[in-house]
Amino acid sequence: MNFIIAASSATHDASTIGGHGTFHYILIMALMMTGIYLILSRSNMIKSIIGLNLFQVAVIMFYVSMGKVEPGTAPILMAEDVPHAEHDGHHDEAHDADSHDAPPAAHSPDPKKDVELGAHTLDHSKKVTVGPTTSKVSKITYSNPLPHVLMLTAIVVGVATTALALSLVVRINEHYGTIEEDELEDKGVLI
Amino acid sequence: MIIHGITIILFLFLYVIAIVIGRSRNLFAAVMLSGIFSLISACLFVIMDAVDVAFTEAAVGAGVSTVLMMIVLNLTSDRESPPVQPKVFPLLVALLTGGVLIYATKDMPAFGDPEALIHQSQTTNHYLWHSFEESHIPNVVTTVLASYRGYDTLGETTVVFTAAVAVMLLLGHVRESETPPKLINDPIALVGAKMLIPYILLFALYVQFHGDFGPGGGFQAGVMFAAAFVLHGMVLSPKHTLKAAPALIIEKLVALGVLLYAAVGIYCLFKGGNFLEYDVLLSHGEKPNPHGQHIGILLVEAGVGLTVFAAMLTLFYKFALRGKA
Repeated sequence: MNFIIAASSATHDASTIGGHGTFHYILIMALMMTGIYLILSRSNMIKSIIGLNLFQVAVIMFYVSMGKVEPGTAPILMAEDVPHAEHDGHHDEAHDADSHDAPPAAHSPDPKKDVELGAHTLDHSKKVTVGPTTSKVSKITYSNPLPHVLMLTAIVVGVATTALALSLVVRINEHYGTIEEDELEDKGVLI
Repeated sequence: MIIHGITIILFLFLYVIAIVIGRSRNLFAAVMLSGIFSLISACLFVIMDAVDVAFTEAAVGAGVSTVLMMIVLNLTSDRESPPVQPKVFPLLVALLTGGVLIYATKDMPAFGDPEALIHQSQTTNHYLWHSFEESHIPNVVTTVLASYRGYDTLGETTVVFTAAVAVMLLLGHVRESETPPKLINDPIALVGAKMLIPYILLFALYVQFHGDFGPGGGFQAGVMFAAAFVLHGMVLSPKHTLKAAPALIIEKLVALGVLLYAAVGIYCLFKGGNFLEYDVLLSHGEKPNPHGQHIGILLVEAGVGLTVFAAMLTLFYKFALRGKA
């Protein structure tokens, strides 16, 4: 079974999870497959709906994990980043080159410049990686907010559709007296 | 390093729960375990910095959907009949799909890589570094949800509304003759719930109005507000809750929330802006006013909260008031 494979590989690759590896995604994919297996293998409809929920949580987790930035924090701006402090001269050199295209250049998406900036403004004692989601002002790294927004609404829509599925189950039970797909098949309801 | 250990332990919990759900014939246990599954995945979301997602998952997955499933078990049956024959095909499909997906992850950037392609997008950087000057709201997730992606959220709110209407259509006829059974018959639960309900309501209001500055917002607050009423319905009886919050009014609130959301958008049109362009709400034709964004987001979140609260409570009524077949 795939989840057993994942569980056993957890012991081998544990060292890579925090650093740079795709091990985290493999964990999530294995979780997704337990959901698919539950949906397909169970003839009980409630079990199928639970499987669907597990699958949904795994997909949401996959999206959210792509938005994670390693030394990052939640995308709620800290006090240092909140005042109109984006042009106070600390990082002029960083965006001089592309200042012709106006405001967005203040935080250039070019990773090379950001790394340079990180290299000579932060101390070298510990290795700090700086990406486009690191604030130039406070040096705080935020995780990517976009996947969070998309998945937040998906969860609420998910419970609404789950409720719809459950109400269909209730009606099927009232009409045929069973919620087992096998028994419905025996009654000739399913083709 | 500790955090990575915690991550792996939480994932192991999730696998164990998924396996137990698969093997258990007792549906009541399976439903409770799926609630715990949601709670643990909410912890994982916090580790991945998605505090708003974690909040929603904890309120929705561990709260409302578990309650709804338990009520459905009450209406149907809480035993799963043994399988006719072992099924090999689903296992093959799952292994094959899983293999393909895991193979595909090899092409992905490393987990947490600050320079991954997804973080290079101009859009993301605009959201992070310019949302505060444009709306004066520190929680980037709220700004993106209610302002930059306002259309999207209006659509999602409409989906919740549509699902509530569909459930009303499917389970519309409450059979009055049969009295629904009391869900919990326990004085300790009654006293405990009575103490909890006011604080749940207060906390839901806090989540609703503090969503601009911390994790929270209309979706989470709506679910929590409904959870207080659901708790009331479970420890007393749904009939008692009907007296406090009549179904006729609640059903109208489902539509009112969506209408409030859309009305804010249309009001922006009348003020000379685009649909859902909150900047024009407070300005008088000169430069856009960020405080208009604040007002707009507050109103729109109120609309979302209203629809989600009323939809969740309507779902509870429809399931809980339905007599056993």
